[in-house]
Amino acid sequence: MNKVIKIEKSTKQGLLEFLEHLLVNDKISGVLTLRKINENGICDYGFITDPKELIETAEPFAPVMPVNASQILSSLTPTTKPIAAIIKPCELRGFVERVKRAQGSLDNVLTISYTCGGVIPLNTFQSDANEKLVTDYFEVIKGTDTPDSVRPTCKACEIFIPMTADITIPIFGNNEVDSDCSLIMNSEEAVKMSKDFKCEIIESDLDSKIMAEILGKRTAEKEILFKTVSTTKEGLDDLVDTFGKCIGCHGCSRVCPICYCVLCDFESSNFDYNTDLMENELSQKHALRLPPDTIFFQLGRLNHMSFSCVGCGQCEDVCPAGIPVSTIFKKTGEDVAKIFDFVPGRDVEEVIPVMIIKEQEFPEVGE
Amino acid sequence: MTWQPKILAILCNWCSYAGADLAGVSRLQYPPNIRVVRIPCSGRVDPLFIMKALQTGYDGVLVSGCHPGDCHYLSGNYFARRKFAMMKPMMEFIGIEPDRLQFSWVSAGEGERFADVVTKVTNDIKKIGPIKKLVKGV
Repeated sequence: MNKVIKIEKSTKQGLLEFLEHLLVNDKISGVLTLRKINENGICDYGFITDPKELIETAEPFAPVMPVNASQILSSLTPTTKPIAAIIKPCELRGFVERVKRAQGSLDNVLTISYTCGGVIPLNTFQSDANEKLVTDYFEVIKGTDTPDSVRPTCKACEIFIPMTADITIPIFGNNEVDSDCSLIMNSEEAVKMSKDFKCEIIESDLDSKIMAEILGKRTAEKEILFKTVSTTKEGLDDLVDTFGKCIGCHGCSRVCPICYCVLCDFESSNFDYNTDLMENELSQKHALRLPPDTIFFQLGRLNHMSFSCVGCGQCEDVCPAGIPVSTIFKKTGEDVAKIFDFVPGRDVEEVIPVMIIKEQEFPEVGE
Repeated sequence: MTWQPKILAILCNWCSYAGADLAGVSRLQYPPNIRVVRIPCSGRVDPLFIMKALQTGYDGVLVSGCHPGDCHYLSGNYFARRKFAMMKPMMEFIGIEPDRLQFSWVSAGEGERFADVVTKVTNDIKKIGPIKKLVKGV
């Protein structure tokens, strides 16, 4: 059981008033949140320091991911002035993974996250006629069903409850979103912040029965999704079918919360092709795909980061060739993470699998 | 002439390479199918090296390092072991037979073991047959 702030207003309004209170009293210097940028409801991330601006423009629960917020948080931290960030569970996990890789810090960051119903693909959401879509979305997630309009990976996401958030807000599966606001405080930090805030504080937690119901539905959905996107069935031919479309834009790695390298190996001179190298490869094959190494890039990325994949679906969203990148990475990542009993973003103290050394393990490797 | 597999052997400088040397000096017989690359430590092996080798036409890859606990750099082969354990689901995903990729620990004094390992790996890969290239219809 955790301490819960109860406010008899809609969840959005309650949260914004709480944050306004923190801003006015100088407990935080700014809030990272999604906000409206025009009348059509198009959203982007903004770091807001003015309480009035916050109340007017913030759309903290908008079902869209213009960028993975963990990348933004990396540029906002480490900070000496406390800030608050309202982000989705997968973005939070992505940020935790980034912190493990020294790409930011959780100090002085009040992380606020919520049970997430998934996000609508960027192209669909950021169009002029998204109003009905969003209203429908919020209507559906009051129950335990995931809306059809969200990304395929979101439909199959099993970690819709934030893992390490300071404050958790029930949105998905909460049918009282419009009339009642409860902010579940998971950490001392959050309790300290809320000290002077005039509100009712009760002992409560997320409704475990509803959460279990959602989880059951999501797991069933995941099994279906993983079956449709299978590259193991046909072996190499299937792999070519899947990744052959890749145009080598590297967009998937640009938007990935885990791919933080300033100079990606695949963009370095290691992968520059000169005529000698091409002739060498051509001596083994009869034809060479140009630009080369597009499939190899995908395999390399799978090797380098899939065990930390948080399954946010951003890569699939931006892929101009329509490759189901996210599903593939999520599936392979889960297989790999299983070996190490690792869940990306579960705990900031948990070291990433390739950085751990143990004397006795994997006796089957190398006999 | 029957088909002979081409196998890339990535050997660590301090143990396996010396083991291979010893096998040669002791005039032990082993199949001539391996092409040796010497690396400072098995921990240096990026899974990409293995992928690239398989992609460019090698029928198999053997990675060999010091026995766990004997690493010249103390912990390099522990890192390597984790990376190699990770390779298995990856190979399954790609659709390459997992047996094409083999790992072994051979120390500098184990010339005989090195010859045995190479013989075993070569036989295993002969059984699987030539690799399908990562290009359609070729």
